Amino acid sequence: MAGRVHVTTRLNGEETDFLCEPRQSLLEVLRDVIGLTGAKEGCNNGNCGACNVILNGKLVNSCCVLGAEVQDAEITTIEGVAQGDHLHPLQNSFLENAALQCGICTPGFIVAAKALLDSEPDADEARVRHWLAGNLCRCTGYDKIVRAVLDAGEEMRKTPASTR
Amino acid sequence: MVTPTKPDYKVIGTRPLRPDGIDKVTGRAQYGNDIKQAGMIQGQILRSPHAHANIKRIDTSKAAALEGVKAIVTGADLPIVTGDTRAENSINVLAGAKALYRGHAIAGVAAVNAHVAQQAIDLIEVEYEVLPPVLDVRDAMHAEAPVIHDSLRTTSMAGKGENPTNVAAQIGFNFGDIEKGFAECDEIVEGEFCTKMVHQGYIEPQACTAMWNPDGQLVIWTSTQGSFPVRKDTSEILNHPISKVKIIPTEIGGGFGGKIPVYLEPVAALLSKKSGRPVAMHMDRTNVFEGTGPTGGTSIKAKIGATKDGKLIAGYADMAYEGGCFPGSSVTMGAMAMFAPYDVEHVKIDGFDVVVNKPKTQDYRAPGAPAASFALEQLVDELAEKLGIDPLKLRAMNSSHEGTRGPGGMPFSRIGQEECIEAALNSAHYNTPLEGPNRGRGVASGFWFNVGLRSSVNVSVQPDGTVNLVEGNTDIGGTRASLSMQLAETLGIEYGDVKVTVVDTDSVGYNDVTAGSRTTYATGMAANKAGLNLIDEMKKLLAPKWQVELDSIQFADGVFSSGEKSGTFKEAAGIVVGANGAGLTASGSVSAGVLVGGGFGLHIVDVEVDPDTGKTQVLRYTVIQDAGTAIHPSYVEGQMQGGAVQGIGWALNEEYYYDEDGRMANSSFLDYRIPTTLDVPMIDTIIVEVPNPTHPFGVRGVGEVGIVPPLGAIANAVSHATGVRQTQLPMSPRRILETTQGIE
Repeated sequence: MAGRVHVTTRLNGEETDFLCEPRQSLLEVLRDVIGLTGAKEGCNNGNCGACNVILNGKLVNSCCVLGAEVQDAEITTIEGVAQGDHLHPLQNSFLENAALQCGICTPGFIVAAKALLDSEPDADEARVRHWLAGNLCRCTGYDKIVRAVLDAGEEMRKTPASTR
Repeated sequence: MVTPTKPDYKVIGTRPLRPDGIDKVTGRAQYGNDIKQAGMIQGQILRSPHAHANIKRIDTSKAAALEGVKAIVTGADLPIVTGDTRAENSINVLAGAKALYRGHAIAGVAAVNAHVAQQAIDLIEVEYEVLPPVLDVRDAMHAEAPVIHDSLRTTSMAGKGENPTNVAAQIGFNFGDIEKGFAECDEIVEGEFCTKMVHQGYIEPQACTAMWNPDGQLVIWTSTQGSFPVRKDTSEILNHPISKVKIIPTEIGGGFGGKIPVYLEPVAALLSKKSGRPVAMHMDRTNVFEGTGPTGGTSIKAKIGATKDGKLIAGYADMAYEGGCFPGSSVTMGAMAMFAPYDVEHVKIDGFDVVVNKPKTQDYRAPGAPAASFALEQLVDELAEKLGIDPLKLRAMNSSHEGTRGPGGMPFSRIGQEECIEAALNSAHYNTPLEGPNRGRGVASGFWFNVGLRSSVNVSVQPDGTVNLVEGNTDIGGTRASLSMQLAETLGIEYGDVKVTVVDTDSVGYNDVTAGSRTTYATGMAANKAGLNLIDEMKKLLAPKWQVELDSIQFADGVFSSGEKSGTFKEAAGIVVGANGAGLTASGSVSAGVLVGGGFGLHIVDVEVDPDTGKTQVLRYTVIQDAGTAIHPSYVEGQMQGGAVQGIGWALNEEYYYDEDGRMANSSFLDYRIPTTLDVPMIDTIIVEVPNPTHPFGVRGVGEVGIVPPLGAIANAVSHATGVRQTQLPMSPRRILETTQGIE
């Protein structure tokens, strides 16, 4: 269609291409064009973290990135965190710690925590709290979320990065 | 059934993984905005920029001419409905002759995508006659205040008032003899307390998709706390038969009371009817703040008195609560909850339900109680100081207990308030002295009614002996697990042998909202009842197979037996269902009442207040709460922790900040700051279990109590840290500097 941009990117390890309007955010592209609805819209202005994805190794709010910007990028969304039927240690830890109630913020928290633990699996409570301050949760009071991330870090330290 | 002591349960009290967990950690779970239908288009709402205005003219012609626009609706498209509440619900969904608050919905547009719909919204011309807004609850009560509804008269025990007013109702509670009571007091403390309008702050904005079929069958997918109430409200607003409305609840991203009413659903339905297409609508965050139902601001003047040895004798409160643009504040519940934690002989309360030019208020977790507790618990704290009595011990001396006059005058059944205070007195937190400058500790009690209401479930036995549980309460925090656990306990099977599904309004009997701390309680009762009915049905099918008398079959500890024959539930299922046997189903429905065993909690908090910036940091926080019986302790703790942190936000940061024209100046998550990970410490929990005699497993609702004590507990802590009594929320840095340093 006229005016649309053709973008090719690597999404959750697979080459993906899409057409988007220049005004569409990456969040809109993921949800409405590609059909991955795991990233959530909580505020659409970068304040809640529910739409977090990892873009070229950096944690971003996908509502604040344009779809047209991700040509040749590497993107990981919540849908790419588990490997096949093998949940990521963070996903297991969130379940075991009852770290979700309604669950709407959970994809953003897990993606954000993954971005931290991939490089700093030994992050302590202060570091985890500082890192996750961009993700809002209204149900849990954060206690069980912080514990889940700390437990996942411990689990990840036991296994080499290449096998995670 | 009475459970005076906690039996040795097999499933209840364990911490299994929730059945919907994997969907929610992998991003697969479908919430309100995740529904896709073939041919679906997108809707947007035009909202009033004015807090109070007559709507003179709406011209949608330019919007209709825009390429890609499929349908437009205004209030004129809604049928005229009668009855105060029905008419208010209708006007709130799409305004009539007046815009009653900034953010009030004026028109809806459906278009090929949300961007085009927004362009069309911007092309709609509305001529407003702007009127002066009324924004403060006490100002609105003045005789000379601008009147919002010309037809509104004050309802009271004396009947209807004669003059137009913003005071929708005056209520009163009177126990004992208030004048005699205060005359007997040695110490009396009093104060005026104020809280601001605050929002539930669920992270998922309202979202729905509606599809109106040519035969009049209307299907709505929506994120709601109550699919059955949505069905009723939508049916009433559209004057469309309730049997032709089907609500399919999606997963729900938080609610806290705010996702009970309808906003988008009837508009999306009309847009779908006009366009012939499925219409999806979702709010942005500003819409959520300005266009949904927060809880109102309050003004409470209160006074309590005690003898010199610490016996509370008398309490008085004048409570004015904002209802928003229509009557219906939470003042009655606030008034009934206020003195519930304590045994006070003489009590008098005057309450006022007041309309202002703000969004129509809705329930927010223990509606009405936190503001009442904020006032009362500070007065109790002051009294303790004056009397030289430890604040927890003063509370223990005056604690409500079984038989004490409860809300509305009925005596309490077995409650756990004394046990909560005792647990606080024995806690590690309370027994660790708080040291250091600018620090303070506060405690506060809190009460919430907890309701039962109506629930229905269906159960069916599978060939392998597992059981499917079909229920209608959306799962907002782990209730699939807590209901499955109660059914498993009833049937003597493993938690993993129950498979639970939340279904639509066509597929299960009536269920009231997931609210009022009622789902684990009342839907749990329904699950228990369905389980017991299933056992009876199993016996009927088992008797001919075993060739024994029906009455001879016993069921205990998960085993059916008759004479020498016996089998577990799964073995029995194999006999009666497994090999081409008849289907085995049962259902359970309950109408579980309104006051079903009160819930109590006590919070202890340590804070440090920066004297230069006025910022308060919460250093340590402990929540103690009576859960009756904790079905899944992790999710009980989660409710306690979540309630406490919402309360921390309410106490320290959150408020609707209005300019004088009635525009909310902070309608984003950047400026309306809810707590983050950095704002709170770990929240320690102590679960007290005093089984509730009204529930087969002793359950008490736990969802709401946790937000009642924080406002008072933190205010007490900040008052001790700063040496200045904090009577107004939020205790923001600015407020702290104003009160401690007189900075304007």
